[in-house]
Amino acid sequence: MSASAIGTRPTPLRRRRTRAALPVSVIVAGIVALFFVVAAVFPQALAPRSPLSIDLLNTLSGPSASHWLGTDDAGRDLYSRIVWGTRTSLLIGLGAMAVSLVIGIVLGFASALAPNWIAQPVNRFLEVLLAFPVLLLSLLFVALLGPSAPSLIIAVGIGSAPGYARLIRAQALGVRESGYVEAARALGHTSRTIFAQHVFPNAFRPLVALVALGIGQSVVWASGLSFLGLGVAPPSSEWGVLLNAGKSQITTAWWLEVLPGVAIVLVALSFTQLGRYFQDRSEGITR
Amino acid sequence: MTATTVASTRAAPTPGADRSRARARGLLLLRRLGSAVFVLWGTITVTFIVLSVLPGNRATIVLNVQSGQTTVRTAAEIAAVDRQYGWDKPVVVQYFDYLLGLLHGDLGVSWQLKRTVGSIIAEQFGPTITLAIASLLVAWILTIPWTLWTAGRGRIRGSIGSAVETIAAGLPQYWVGIMLLLVFAVNLGWFPVLGGTGFAGTVLPVFTLAIPLAGFLGQATRTEFDRAVRQPFVLSARTRGMTESGVRSRHVLRHALIPGITLSGWAVGSSLSGAVLVESVYGRPGLGTVLVSAVSNKDLDLVMGIVILISFVYVVVNLLVDVIYTIVDPRLGGTR
Amino acid sequence: MTETTTAGDARPATSTDGDVILRVDGLDVSFDTVEGERRHVVKDVGFELRRGRCIALVGESGSGKSVTARSLLGLAGENSVVTARELTLDGETLLGRGDSWWRRVRGKRVGFILQDALVSLDPLRPVGREIAEAFRLHAVGTKASREQSVIDLLEKVGVPEPEVRARQRSGELSGGLRQRALIASAIALDPEIVIADEPTTALDVTVQSQVLDVLEALIAQGSSVILISHDLAVVARLADEILVMNGGAIVESGPSDELLANPQHPYTRQLINAVPSEHTKGTRLSTTTPPTRTAAALFPPRTRVDADGSEPLLDVRGVSKSYRGPDRVVRRVVDDVSFQLSRGETLGIVGESGSGKSTVARIALSLVTPDSGDVLFRGGAWTAAGRADQRAIRRRISVVYQDPLSSFDPRWRVSRILADAIRLGDPANARRVDERVVELLEMVGLDASVQTAWPLRLSGGQRQRVAIARALATNPEVVVLDEAVSALDVSIQAQILDLLSDLQAQLGVAYLFISHDLGVIHHMSDRVLVMQNGRSVEQGTADEVFNHPQEPYTRALLDSLPRLEYARLHEVARTA
Repeated sequence: MSASAIGTRPTPLRRRRTRAALPVSVIVAGIVALFFVVAAVFPQALAPRSPLSIDLLNTLSGPSASHWLGTDDAGRDLYSRIVWGTRTSLLIGLGAMAVSLVIGIVLGFASALAPNWIAQPVNRFLEVLLAFPVLLLSLLFVALLGPSAPSLIIAVGIGSAPGYARLIRAQALGVRESGYVEAARALGHTSRTIFAQHVFPNAFRPLVALVALGIGQSVVWASGLSFLGLGVAPPSSEWGVLLNAGKSQITTAWWLEVLPGVAIVLVALSFTQLGRYFQDRSEGITR
Repeated sequence: MTATTVASTRAAPTPGADRSRARARGLLLLRRLGSAVFVLWGTITVTFIVLSVLPGNRATIVLNVQSGQTTVRTAAEIAAVDRQYGWDKPVVVQYFDYLLGLLHGDLGVSWQLKRTVGSIIAEQFGPTITLAIASLLVAWILTIPWTLWTAGRGRIRGSIGSAVETIAAGLPQYWVGIMLLLVFAVNLGWFPVLGGTGFAGTVLPVFTLAIPLAGFLGQATRTEFDRAVRQPFVLSARTRGMTESGVRSRHVLRHALIPGITLSGWAVGSSLSGAVLVESVYGRPGLGTVLVSAVSNKDLDLVMGIVILISFVYVVVNLLVDVIYTIVDPRLGGTR
Repeated sequence: MTETTTAGDARPATSTDGDVILRVDGLDVSFDTVEGERRHVVKDVGFELRRGRCIALVGESGSGKSVTARSLLGLAGENSVVTARELTLDGETLLGRGDSWWRRVRGKRVGFILQDALVSLDPLRPVGREIAEAFRLHAVGTKASREQSVIDLLEKVGVPEPEVRARQRSGELSGGLRQRALIASAIALDPEIVIADEPTTALDVTVQSQVLDVLEALIAQGSSVILISHDLAVVARLADEILVMNGGAIVESGPSDELLANPQHPYTRQLINAVPSEHTKGTRLSTTTPPTRTAAALFPPRTRVDADGSEPLLDVRGVSKSYRGPDRVVRRVVDDVSFQLSRGETLGIVGESGSGKSTVARIALSLVTPDSGDVLFRGGAWTAAGRADQRAIRRRISVVYQDPLSSFDPRWRVSRILADAIRLGDPANARRVDERVVELLEMVGLDASVQTAWPLRLSGGQRQRVAIARALATNPEVVVLDEAVSALDVSIQAQILDLLSDLQAQLGVAYLFISHDLGVIHHMSDRVLVMQNGRSVEQGTADEVFNHPQEPYTRALLDSLPRLEYARLHEVARTA
């Protein structure tokens, strides 16, 4: 072995990694997520029928060739209503995730990296917020703001923010104590450079996965509130609203209750799955 | 100085160690207790602040809710209500009045039901806490055998196990409730559709909360199980002639339970608030049902009372979890 | 290799065939990987173990020594395929046995000792229960008698106050005590064979010496021991016969003294020569040649050559540092330590774990501010300087850590890691970063292709080379090497130490070399500082300290160090 030519390790190891196809579950999750994104952006492409057109001859009819997912008590096509409701549901999910992420980043980074006189109180405040279960904190803000889509976004956003803050805090603390931050300090970088080129990007990296996880969870929480009648009001076909409306017909028209729920579950699972995948991948680079 | 004395100066402390360890553990629990009291005070304060910035005039809301009609109220009407609830005082005074009342067990009065919040809560708390605790127990009962059966036994079983957990954890509670209700109550007729708070009516709500919860606990337990099963002490136990199942249940499981136990405090809190949804699905009386109607009617004292109660339970359960934790893992927060 | 008895053997030779307790012939172990390939990790291994003897399997990581040992217990691992021409324990074959048969062998007929008892004993259970488990599993004794047996066993392996220790968990015991407890659990049922897999790795030398004493006593009492280690010196002390493994096969075997004194296989020679010690000072440890391109050409000549040469680069004056532990007790980690580091020299700081040597390194780097005392750089303020002044000095003092991987940002490839350091150095280089990256890589003996690699994909030696390149990128006058070679296999360690020596010769850089390894310190250092419990115990030139230690602690350290008999060996190796 000569010291002057030690190349990279033989490549098979790496090639095998890239050759390994995407897991099936991720492909399925991707397709499902894509479907809902298309439904949110171009609902007319997937469901040409209006979600509000009333067909009084076919009220409460089960799934059939003409109405794939059945109709409700006013004869409105459930498939169209779910597709057209996607935009509201996803936008609320996206908005809530954005709200909670912003709050989470501010509180999380502040409690991990700010000088002690800021970090300590913020940390204590976080501890208090974490004692509120997500749904409870959301309910508190719905009580404050009244039922509507924007207040759902804020309520769910604030409700899930403490959890994100804690994750980001842990991440930022880990990065701050890491060997490469100390190495950068030993090299003579300024603290600002170290924050910009090491701490922030590394603490932020897992958040890509969190975003995907967060959207799914936010959709679940928001439609939960709508389901309780504390969210968006009818005639919107937001999924929680559909569930709430179907509640009274559960013994006669199961599809009204089950199928909007399936949409929520599919969104939650597919986004979670994608989030997990990104998470694993970003950890795969670290080790 | 010889080699032996070199080592003995660095050895762990001996006879007095037991006592000093006990003292350290006592101190630790005392600190936890202090921080629990702080968190409780914090939740009360946060809730108070959030609800006191409510837009609109409170007295008007009260009058509208009580009369069931929305009109403009006269100054005299408003002043009367303000005096009745002490809202003519400065907010800070109201805050301390509220805290003082809390210390005497006085949670205020519901505007809508015209009863004390304390009595409403006392009446509704039982079914809800039963639901929360029972669902945590059922979740653990589902998790432990599932983990023992699927974790650390090859890739196929492991990925099936983890897929089931991921799906279970991702299911919205209300939808699980709907599905269980449709299948077991509406179609099979094993359980009543409108169950009440008896045993038969409690089974489905408990499983509704327990299934997603078991998913979460299962994920945490499996991750730790897979980690622990690769630890050298496991190999060590095998080299002594221990059976595979002995290794798994006597050594690995105890390690694997630790993260799930830490999660249990969170789980009770989340079950308590999840009860809101489940009670709505099953038309079951309880705190959740009261909370939803209190929120939609802006019955703020009642909302506040329930929120504080749930946070209180959360804090108490977390204290309990800390105690259990030190029993399962006596290492005192990382002596390692 | 059939006869193991030689004239050099201390023990009486009783070599009737009935004495052979374990016979291994043609052992092959392979693993089926997830990709469906078969990885062959042990190839045609054969040996015999006699009653009351100790044989040693020696090799570096990946040599197959641990898998060989584990397959003797039926624990080679998941998806393993074990075949052999012969594999017999006391005449009974071990091949094709079911799990319940194996369980009767494990612990009862063959005991197994793993490295690092902190994790090899269940950290959640008292060690007494762990030891008693062996009795329980094999249904020996009653509950009460087992308790007594545990205490007897702990006493036998030299654990003081066994009643107290039995109730404690591995985390509450010191390294030496818990390793003895682990040994106690392995010998509880008085097995015919004891397999010790790196039993002293990660232990301090003084503790290692005590643990080896325990094993020695076991052999003297008639146990047959298979010792697995990467450390030839440890093995030399105990083993009657040594088998050197490389790449899954035995490359050479023979009686210890003979094999160490007259190694035949090039790999054995390389391995023996790679061990740094007092005798290797000034020689090359590896078979590498100095890099063709002289490193000196890569850097401008030092702007200021000291006329008097007396001014130290680093002047550490009475630094102390205390920390508050998790139990809220304040401990003085560094206590009034002073030393100086001059241009181009190497100062070795040696001490056992917890001696405060790494904290001293961080103080010297001004990453930790001392509670009292200060450090001067070229006579000017350093730890006491302002932030901007400190940053200017940081380019002149760099550092290489034990675990290079964690000191690299995981998002960065090698090229960016180096470029980042280059830009901080000479502005002239900042304009030609890409060429400079390649030059630095060549300087540390790496191919230019490495620059596109993720550090995670590099081998341990390659990573450490990249870390060295980064440390030198700013043309520093001092490099702090904090256990920089401690995690490496001995032959890789030899290459890195040679590289460091070459670079020092060419660049005139001063090293502050921190290590727990006395051999490495002696090989590398001009002067040595011995630390114990945060204090500086002894300071002097390497030869003074190692050959004429003044302090009892230093003597104790040196006495407990297992050594190879080199003098003859190196002659043989060099002339061959």
